[in-house]
Amino acid sequence: MALIPLTLWFFFSLLALPALDYETVRTWLALPISSFLAVLSVAVLTYHSYLGTTVVIEDYVHAAGLKVLSLMLLRFLYVLFGGASIFAILRVAFGS
Amino acid sequence: MPVRARPLSPHLQVYRWQIGSTLSILHRATGVALALGLVALSYWLISLAGGDETYGAAMRVFSSPVGLLFLLGWTFSFLFHLLNGVRHLFWDAGYGFERTPRQVSGWFAVLGALGLTVCVCLAVWHGVRT
Repeated sequence: MALIPLTLWFFFSLLALPALDYETVRTWLALPISSFLAVLSVAVLTYHSYLGTTVVIEDYVHAAGLKVLSLMLLRFLYVLFGGASIFAILRVAFGS
Repeated sequence: MPVRARPLSPHLQVYRWQIGSTLSILHRATGVALALGLVALSYWLISLAGGDETYGAAMRVFSSPVGLLFLLGWTFSFLFHLLNGVRHLFWDAGYGFERTPRQVSGWFAVLGALGLTVCVCLAVWHGVRT
C-alpha cells in the first residue's frame, strides 16, 4: 500500500523537474528528502516486484528443479539490481 | 520417471472474451513489464551516480525511438497496474464483487490508464517544447 504514495511521489517529482539534464536531476536527488524517499521507493518497489514475479514463475514453471533454480536466480537478480539502485542513490546523496 | 504431456481441456478457444479475465492477465503482464522497467530504472540511477558522461549516454538511449516506445509502454503499464491494483485493494476489503461494480471499475481502470497515459505524454511533450 505504501507503494501508491511513494511511486506517485517519485514520478511526479521527476515530471515536475524543469529539465532532465544531469545537473538538475543530480541536485534534486541529492536533497535529503529526495534521496530518502527514493531509497524507500526503490526498496518497496523491488520487494513488491519480487513477490509478483515469484508468483508468475511458480505458476508457469512446472519442473521442480528448474523452478527452484529460477526462483533462486530471481532473488539474486532482485537483490543485485535493487541493491545497486539504492547504492547509486546513496552515492549521489552523500556526494562522490 | 518420464513426464508425459497431459492433455489440457480447451479454455482459450471456447470461453467468451470477458473484461474481467482480460484485465486479470493484463495486470500480470503489466506487472512483468514493470519489473523489466525496474532494470531500466536501475540503469538510469547508476548512470546518474556514474557522472555526466554515463548519464548523457543513458538519456540518449532513452530518447531513441525504441527507448521512447519503451517509456510509453512502461507509462501505460504503470498507470494500469496502479489503477487495477487499487481495484484489487477494494476487493481485499470486501467491496465491489458484484457484476456491475466489477465491470464498471474494470473499464475505469483500462480507460483511465489510457487517458492518463495520454495526459502524461502531453505533459512531457509540453515540457520538452518550452
